[in-house]
Amino acid sequence: MADLILTGPALEQTRTQINESLVQAGVHTVLLIDHAGNVVASCGENRKDLDMTSLAALAAANFGATSQMAKLIGEDDFSLLFHKGKKDSIHFAKVGQEMILITIFGDEVSLGLVRLRVAELTSNIEKIFGLGN
Amino acid sequence: MALIDLSKREVHCKIVYYGPGRCGKTTNLLYIYNSMNSNAKGKMLTIETKGDRTLFFDLLPLNLGKIKGFDIRIQLYTVPGQAIYEATRKLVLKGVDGLVFVADSLRVRRAKNIESLQDLKKNLLEYNLDIENLPIVLQYNKRDLESSPIPTLSLEEMEEDLNKELGAQAFQAAATKGLGVFETLKYISKKTVRYVATKHLVKPQ
Repeated sequence: MADLILTGPALEQTRTQINESLVQAGVHTVLLIDHAGNVVASCGENRKDLDMTSLAALAAANFGATSQMAKLIGEDDFSLLFHKGKKDSIHFAKVGQEMILITIFGDEVSLGLVRLRVAELTSNIEKIFGLGN
Repeated sequence: MALIDLSKREVHCKIVYYGPGRCGKTTNLLYIYNSMNSNAKGKMLTIETKGDRTLFFDLLPLNLGKIKGFDIRIQLYTVPGQAIYEATRKLVLKGVDGLVFVADSLRVRRAKNIESLQDLKKNLLEYNLDIENLPIVLQYNKRDLESSPIPTLSLEEMEEDLNKELGAQAFQAAATKGLGVFETLKYISKKTVRYVATKHLVKPQ
């Protein structure tokens, strides 16, 4: 796992992409994290009550744990995860081999839309950071 | 895997406290958390478990100030020590930049210390990392029990068991009382930051 170096322009481009696709679709918060649990970028509502560091660490661990589960049942990986809450839900998608995109959204946004936008977005972000599968 | 954010001028490093079950990894983090100024520390995350074992990991984010205009942020993680949680330990090691190996001074834990160090080497190799190349420090914990009737290992024995090949810096500690905790942290943070910086930010002379 190589170190990740973020440059201003790449980050700016990523934020614009996230804002244009997911934030405009009405999701609350979008986090781009790496598999070590570092926050790469955050977009959307600036929720002071949201502990992003902990969320990123748990999400990375959660992703790691489920991919181990995947291996146990003979899959390589689960490329997306979804947790449904009463009001808010959370969707995780893999971006390349190095990053995870976390989307937090309320019940006014449909899961289908989130999945569609996330699928487009992940391939765009992969291009920006030069991540391949 | 360090994360270097050139736009915010931040460097994020991950330091993992490794060691056998009940050796005091979480105690180290708790002591750091309780003694640090609230500006410098983030929230400590402990995943709820039954009893006082760590099931998944603990996380403590720290802000170490600036070096050459870069904000240094460090995340301290612990792993579950018990042998059965091997898969979890491997997950937490993902992207590690620096290591603290906490060893238990109790004589009855001698084999567990050695086993845990072997397990660490093996897990690192699965990420193509060599323990010899990573910043690492050893902490011989529970030294305060030396004066009690409980049989403990001598420092020479611990060096012989764990540090013969590694030749790493080792600190004596009593984490419940805070002895050696900050010495260990200071040393490993410096070493880790230097390791990340020489790789990316500073051109070696």
